[in-house]
Parts: sequence; C-alpha cells; structure tokens
Amino acid sequence: MTVYSPATEAEAVDAIRTARAAGTPLRIIGGGTRQGLGRPITPPARLDLSGLSGITLYEPAEMVIGARAGTPLAAVEAALAEKGQMLPFEPVDYRALYGTTGAPSIGAIAAGNLSGSRRISAGAARDSLIGVRFVNGLGGAVKSGGRVMKNVTGLDLVKLQSGAFGTLGPLTEVIFKVLPKPEASLTLELPGLDDRQAIAALSSGLTSPFEVSGAAHLPAQAGVAARTLLRLEGFATALAYRAGELRKALAPYGACVQHDGEESRTLWLDLQKLSPLAAEPGAIWRLSLKPSDGPVVAEAVAAEIPVRARYYDWGGGLVFLSVDATGDAGAASIRHTVARYGGHATLLRAPDDLRARIPVFQPEAEAIARLSLAIRRSVDLDGLFNPGLMD
Amino acid sequence: MNAIAFPAPRADILARRDAIIAGLAGLVLPEALITSDNECKAFETDAFTAYRRMPLAVVLPTTTAEVSAVLAYLHAEGVPVVPRGAGTSLCGGAIPQEDAVVVGVSKMNRILEVDYANRIARVQAGVTNLGISNAVDADGFFYAPDPSSQLACTIAGNIGMNSGGAHCLKYGVTTNNLMGVTAVLLDGTVVEIGGGHLDAAGLDLLGLLCGSEGQLAITTEATVRILRKAEGARPVLFGFPSAEAAGECVAAVIGAGIIPVAMEFMDRQAIAIVEDFAKAGYPLDVEALLIIEVEGSDAEMDAMLARIVEIANRHEVMTVRESKSAMEAAAIWKGRKSAFGATGRIADYICMDGTVPTGQLAHVLKETDGIVKKYGLRVANVFHAGDGNRHPLILYNVNDPVEAEKAEAAGMDILRLCVDVGGCLTGEHGVGIEKRDLMRHQFSETDLRQQMAIRAAFDPAWLLNPAKVFPLEGRS
Repeated sequence: MTVYSPATEAEAVDAIRTARAAGTPLRIIGGGTRQGLGRPITPPARLDLSGLSGITLYEPAEMVIGARAGTPLAAVEAALAEKGQMLPFEPVDYRALYGTTGAPSIGAIAAGNLSGSRRISAGAARDSLIGVRFVNGLGGAVKSGGRVMKNVTGLDLVKLQSGAFGTLGPLTEVIFKVLPKPEASLTLELPGLDDRQAIAALSSGLTSPFEVSGAAHLPAQAGVAARTLLRLEGFATALAYRAGELRKALAPYGACVQHDGEESRTLWLDLQKLSPLAAEPGAIWRLSLKPSDGPVVAEAVAAEIPVRARYYDWGGGLVFLSVDATGDAGAASIRHTVARYGGHATLLRAPDDLRARIPVFQPEAEAIARLSLAIRRSVDLDGLFNPGLMD
Repeated sequence: MNAIAFPAPRADILARRDAIIAGLAGLVLPEALITSDNECKAFETDAFTAYRRMPLAVVLPTTTAEVSAVLAYLHAEGVPVVPRGAGTSLCGGAIPQEDAVVVGVSKMNRILEVDYANRIARVQAGVTNLGISNAVDADGFFYAPDPSSQLACTIAGNIGMNSGGAHCLKYGVTTNNLMGVTAVLLDGTVVEIGGGHLDAAGLDLLGLLCGSEGQLAITTEATVRILRKAEGARPVLFGFPSAEAAGECVAAVIGAGIIPVAMEFMDRQAIAIVEDFAKAGYPLDVEALLIIEVEGSDAEMDAMLARIVEIANRHEVMTVRESKSAMEAAAIWKGRKSAFGATGRIADYICMDGTVPTGQLAHVLKETDGIVKKYGLRVANVFHAGDGNRHPLILYNVNDPVEAEKAEAAGMDILRLCVDVGGCLTGEHGVGIEKRDLMRHQFSETDLRQQMAIRAAFDPAWLLNPAKVFPLEGRS
C-alpha cells in the first residue's frame, strides 16, 4: 500500500496532487485510534498526517491555540494545562471502546466533532473550533476562519469540516478557542432514580442558574444502583454556594451525595472514555436526541429489541446503547424510533461486516442527501478522501 | 459615495416585470405583494444607507409553503432573489437590485413553541431577536446573542449574518445558539436541518447556513437554545489613562481565569459623544473606558469583582464605578448601547466591524488613529474587548461627496489593517456589499474558489443574493 506521510502542508498538497493524478483514493489517518468509526473502507493508499505535528500558535491571554493536524491531543492539552487552560468541550477518548492504543490527534478531534460531557454547557468541538486549513480534491490549500473568535467573513467551512471525518479533505491545521481550567469542581449524585426521573432531575439542574457543566445518568445494572450525576465547576468560593442551592432544587428527586476533587474528576474522566459501555461486547449505538426524548426512545427501543446496557449524557440528549452484534444490530428498530422523535443514531462500534451492511450514520432525507453530495463534489470531485466512510 | 459596483440589471428580466408580478400574484395574497414604487422604496436599502437600489417587487410571505412557491417560481423564471429580515444589515446584506425580487420574512413572526425542559424555543424566522428573550423573560430565561439592533432585527437575519453582540464572550454567537432550521432552497425545496438534538447528523449544514448571508437558502423557522438567566448581573465601569493600560487589564483578567460576560471598550472620543447624549456618568478625564460585566449570586459577583478591581489597580486604573442598583447598572449599559445612536446625532458615520487578536488592540487603535487623521477625519472607537471585535465609527458629512469618499477609503484601510495583524474583515456584521471587494485581502484565490464552489452546490444559477460577499469579477 502506498503511504504518504507529509511533514508539511506543502507535502500534503503534493501527495494529494500525486494521488489525484494516479486516481488513487486515500484513507486519511491521524493517530489511528478510531478507524472503527464509519463504514469500513479500504482505499489503496493512506495519507498519514501524524508527521504534520506541532503547536503553531498559543496566546493564553487571547484564549486561542493552533496546531498542525497531526499534533497529539495530549501535547495540546499539556501546553494548555501549563497555563491553566483547557479545550472547553472535553474531547471524547475512543481508545477503550475500539480497543486501540496510540495518541489521538487534534485534527481528528476537530474532524470528528468529538465532544464529551461538557458539551452541554460549553458547546461542542465545532463551537470551539475557530479556524482550519485543509487541502481540497484539486490539491489546493484552503483556509477558513482564523485565530479570532468572532469572525463571519465568508462561508463558515470550519463548521462544515467539523464532523466531516476527513471526507471533505484532510485538515492540516486547526485553531481552537480555549477556556481557563476551572479552579474547582464537584459532582452531586442522586442515587436510585429510574431513567425518566433521572432525566427530569438533570433537566431541573440544567434549567437552574447554577451552571451545571455535566449531566449524566447511569442506569442500574448488574446489581449496581443507578447514579444520576450533575457537575459544577468554577471558583472554589462559588461552588459551595451553588452546590447548596442545587441540592435544594434537586430535593424532589432525593438527597444528593457530593463528590469533591479527584473523586469528582474521575467520574467524568470515565465518561470521557465511554467507560460504562467500553467493556461491553457487541455493537454500540450512539443516539443524539432532544434530551427529554432520551429515556422515551430508549424504552421504545428496549420494547422491540434486547438492549444489553445503556447510559445517558448531555442531560439525556446523548444515549449510548449496547446491543448484540447479530442480525441488523437493532438498526431497523433504532432508526425508525429515532426518526419518529427527531434526532439521529450512529452505529458507533460494530464488526466490519455489520458496518458494511448497515449505514453507520442515520440515512438522510433526500434533499439533504442531495445537498451533501453536491457539497462533497464541490470539494472533492474525484472522491479522493475517505470515500464511502459516511455513506 | 458610489464606489461599490452592482451588476448591471438584466434587461430581459426588467422587460418581463409585469409578467413576473402577475406570476407572483397567483402565489400569495394581494397584501403580501408589493409592487408600487412608493412602497418598494422602503426596501431599497438597509442600515447601510449609502447605497440604494429599487427592487423589481417585494414579497412578504406568511408561511413556509408560500416562500417555497415563490422561490420555485422565481427560480424557474431565472429571477434573482434578495432575502430580507428587518433590513438592519450594516453591510448592505439586504440591499436589492433592479432585476431582483425581495423575499422578506418579517410577517412570519410567531413564537411556535417554548420548551424549558429542553432549553429550546422554536420560532418563525421573522421573530425579532429581542422577541425571543421577551417571550421567556418572565420565566427567567433568555436568548443569548444580543446584537445592538436586537429590538428590530429578525432571527432570520441573525442566522444569515451569524450575529454576535456584547455578551458572546461567554455565550457565543448565533451559530453556537442555533439548533435547527426549516429553510427553503432556491428551487423551492423545503429542508429541515437539526432540531432539538445537540449535534448534526452528517455534514454540518446548519453551521454552513449560519452566516451564509442569504446566499444558500431562506430560513423560515428556527430552533434556538434558550438559557436560564444568572441570579444577577452587574457591570462595572473602569477608566484608564491609555488604551494600552485597558488592553493589558483585559488580558490580565482573562489570564486570571475569569471570563466576564462582557468586556466593552470605548475611547475618549466615544466616551465624550455618549456622555453628552446618555448622561450615563462616564468619566471624561480618561483615555479609555472598560465596562466589565459579571454574573452570579451577590456573593459570587462580589468575589469576582474584587479580583477584577485588584487586577485593574495593577493597570493604572483611574476610575472604578460599581453599580449598586439595577438603575445604576442600566445607566452604565445605556451609554454603551446608545453609542451608535449618540454618534449619529453629531455626525454621519460608517461603522466598521473588523476583529483583531486582542493582543494587537493597542497597536491597532494607534494605527487606526493615524489612518483616519491621514484622511482628515475623526473616529470614535467602540469594541468588544474580550474578543477583539472592533467597531470604529468614522465620522463624516454624508452631504459632502469628497468627505464621504474619504470616509469609505479610511474604513477600507482600517479593515485591511485588521486582516494584516491576524484578524478578519468582519466579526459580526457580515460582508454584504460593503466588504465584498476586500475579500481578496483576507482570502486567497483558492480559498474563494472553494467557497464559491460550495455556494454553487446550493445555487448553481447564482440567483440568491447574487451581488454579495464574493467579488463580482473572477466568478466562474
């Protein structure tokens, strides 16, 4: 297999021009930690971006950081931590889920719009991403956005690239706005709630003025009682007061147990790694829904197919289901239920043959599919980049 | 002042005017179709009033189905369409052309659903920005983006321009608060994108649509995020002996891990103009003023403000005025929010909108001063200091064509400067026609070609808001 390993954007441009001339589609690789996401594809050549590495810009006082796409996420996070800052959206770590090792790259975080629990308060990866450079199918280096956080100049290709999983061309550089790391954090836990009560409790927290920055529910399973978690972050002096007020607001759902410091952080680090389901065998679905629909859809699906395990993040708006990887892995049931309520379902993890048979991403309405195809052609007419990954 | 070109109107369309109007009359109620010169005149410009063009006709539909029928018809007839919200664009985004039909959404102004449990509101796109906040205010919620024109501007226009406001340092701009739309493509196809869920399925078309300046589709409904209001909010006013000191104070506040809800800057000229009008009690002996607003409980705000005051003290602060009551807080904001109006009382002005890296603010202010002096004009500087989005107001006399030309040229120089220091042409107003011909200063030919190719995926015939954003020459 041909492997292109550019160390600069100019080399990436050359590689793509060469591949285009040869009519060779490319698999785009960053850290290579989640190649199990999307349709299984086997293009004849690879574009490995891990050599395109290094922080290109960091201005703590402007809360902005830029890095070449192959820069390990860990390197970006370490640079930020040194100045007491962080990526706001708590990027998901899929390594445990996919059983991969290695270092996820910052470009892949941007390209996958991979947001964790804090998405509910601080926005998604795509909301923090303010600038990209990428190479299109003609081998042209394109920039969109930049290093300033308010920028409406021209079409917003930054957003378009975030969630395109490289199918609109490899990112070569990304720029994120960042936030100060909260001085302190704590978690209030409500034990023993059923799913509907739990999501109502999370909603009650999220509609309070106390700035809940994480809202997840782990249903009871295997003898472990259900846990409903609400996180508060900020200045230590403010947190005590907010926790007190939030307890009062949550009183109808029971008494809260409080987790402070490291204990609280560990709870959310586990969710960042999708730990509640990572060890599950079989197929994992990720459902994005209106938060109050979360438990309703989960129930409706469970009434139709066996669901091995489930949990909720984003106040109920993000549901993970574990099902047996047999037949269609519940696709028909899950997809028609999700379609009835609005939202979408992704077959996040499944064996290759299953993902070859079943669309990984929610099939689109005809007009949307037509627009998406036209956009893809406008960027990548020859179908060079991760062809078929999102089909 | 007529430096900005419009494409020559197509004679074949002008010649068919009566037939086109008759066609539209068959699609909408008589009161939704405006054709007389008298009434069309209200639509010949927006808030970028230096430029005017009469439209061929104006349609103000009341349903998505009507918008769809009108667009399908105009598409089939090959007639350009200029979408319009409330017409408050500062960059000429809604200025029509003689061979175009204006399709306005201002009559579609109902709030359709408020869902507190899910923190969303579904509205028709002609609802005003403030209309959403007003609808949920009594229940303790608000819609975060707050452009100065929020009393009048529509959500459709906000989506078109990806509007910001003074409070986006903490809450983001329109694209960060928009969850879904119903939109009509030029051929009349109605599409639903997003909704009550938090992320996009497939490509992020919502993100692409937001800020596309009416070139990709017309939005008829929107689902937006509404937020619970903080327990309290308190602005504090700080006066500094120099712009540098104010700029360093802003950097130090952020460096201390504090994200205020808003940090607004005014220079001496702006302070004088505003104080004369609003009598907000602004200090007149300072070179720069910051309004910093924090949120939370009283104790939280006390603690945060104590930290900010301590930081300001390390940066030569001359005046600190905390608001002790809602009235005092309103007075502090009244000055800032009336800055444009107050300036309009003493002179005509053009309001620029570039963004610069915040570390460059002091340098850019000095350079701006030099540019404006070179043209023999005056400038008042107002900007969102936390995010570097600047609004220099260049003062001139609109009835003096030479001065008008100078003002426009000075504005262009200032925008080039913003790009040159690492910023951009527009932070929240949009490109429209105003900055269209500067796009090549910010973008390479490859960048622009890619953007135009994506635009063409939605509108291959290039009929939707066709004279905007992209330089007229070099389009393929």
